[in-house]
Amino acid sequence: MDAFLFYAAAALAVLSALVVIGQRNPIYSAFALIVTLCSLSVIFGLLGSPFIAALQVIVYAGAIMVLFLFVLMLLNVKREEDAPGRGGRALAGIATALVTLLVAQAGAVLMRAEPGPAPAFDASTRRMAEILFSPHFLYVFEATSILILAALVGSVALAKKDL
Amino acid sequence: MTPSPLVQELILAVVKVAVVIGALQGLFSLMTWIERRVLAFMQFRLGPNRTGPFGILQPIADGIKLFFKEELMPAAANKWAFLAAPVVAVTLSFLAVAVLPFGPPFTLPRLQFLPGWLAWLWPEWLHGREFQFQIAAIDVGLLFIFAIGALGVYSVVLAGWAANNKFSLIGGLRSSAQMFSYELALGLSFVGIIMLAGSFQIRDIVAAQAGWFWKWNCFVQLPAFLVYFAAATAEVARTPFDLPEGETELVAGFHTEYSSMRFALLQMAEYVNMITVAVLATNLFLGGWHAGIPGLPSEGLLGFVFWGGKVAFLLFVFIWLRGTLPRFRYDQLMHFGWKVLIPVAAVWILITATGVALAGW
Repeated sequence: MDAFLFYAAAALAVLSALVVIGQRNPIYSAFALIVTLCSLSVIFGLLGSPFIAALQVIVYAGAIMVLFLFVLMLLNVKREEDAPGRGGRALAGIATALVTLLVAQAGAVLMRAEPGPAPAFDASTRRMAEILFSPHFLYVFEATSILILAALVGSVALAKKDL
Repeated sequence: MTPSPLVQELILAVVKVAVVIGALQGLFSLMTWIERRVLAFMQFRLGPNRTGPFGILQPIADGIKLFFKEELMPAAANKWAFLAAPVVAVTLSFLAVAVLPFGPPFTLPRLQFLPGWLAWLWPEWLHGREFQFQIAAIDVGLLFIFAIGALGVYSVVLAGWAANNKFSLIGGLRSSAQMFSYELALGLSFVGIIMLAGSFQIRDIVAAQAGWFWKWNCFVQLPAFLVYFAAATAEVARTPFDLPEGETELVAGFHTEYSSMRFALLQMAEYVNMITVAVLATNLFLGGWHAGIPGLPSEGLLGFVFWGGKVAFLLFVFIWLRGTLPRFRYDQLMHFGWKVLIPVAAVWILITATGVALAGW
């Protein structure tokens, strides 16, 4: 059952990711990206971390993609026109993907990583919180919050002409 | 012959899904009639009272009418997106229901009086089994509902954009802006309850509210409850937050171009969302199926009565609000969401967290 769900979600993720880059209409690309993110969330759930799975949908598929769609719809972006040299770039992209795959495979062979189930890992919500708020990560976590706050203040300052 | 435990679970799961979805569809059609009747009485009218006793068959008449109406699709519409929007809306609204507990856990009765030739209907393995109308009791139930709610925006965006109509588009954009503004407040209003119960499981949160009624979260977490109720009303786009379909300025908002059964599907998604929100509020804030008085039993049939009563009351409050309050202006709506609800919710989280840390509350 788990294997079936995994292959279904993985296939959907790869297919929709292909649609994201292959589709000329940016709105379809955005919707395909939402499907990709949702299928990734299914995979997170199968890995035993429903918390990450839910966050993936809430933050990425929910909040961030809505903003993307908003911009696309407000600007009324039309179909992308054929740009010169498109075929060459597609070839270059496929070549890069193949080389990356080759390097990854070579690395896996060299490191003798056996494909198979990962070692047991407690990814429950409680454990996540403990890791995140442990002395190890607390500083990084809080620094990220400050960074986000700074970005927030900056964007308000840019958007508002007279404060 | 007793089926294997896996088959037993499967049969029970299918029955649960069928009962919950069937009950919700029934409740949806009943709600359309109740809403019209109650609103009419509030406005000194009678409302639909011609079809059947008190007009209770009105939803069936409406259904027949909608079936026979023409399915319109604007020539310039984006065909696939236009067809997909109602499907997405209904699918998501029924998905969110999957993690909600409907009523208390109870023990299935033995039904000894059944004659022998009917015994296959109530086989041995059902006797005395623990049972609850909850389709999936997952660990992060609350977050799951929240995630589905976050995706719910897309049905509206899709419907508004696909119709290629300016009223639809503005309705869709307004609606998505409103939904993700109020989603923040909605999410923040849960945090205090989660801290008190120590779990994302809705069942645990209900269990944490056992005992006297002043232990219900709507009293212990009063500010969170008020924020939740306002934000939830906005999430399901009910008056006074029904700007996405503000008739006076936007015709009918994002579903302007929808007719016939597609319109009915969008309508159904809206009512199911409203029921979800009421059930969630009952479970999280109103003590679920607990009576609120320690002596009264809160499990079994009586629990269903208390639980159903609370849900019905909340649904009535939604109608009541619609009959009472005027619509917000759009800037007021945004102001209220970002500058009132979210700060109140955030400060309340700090207070709850301090309480939990210092006193173990």
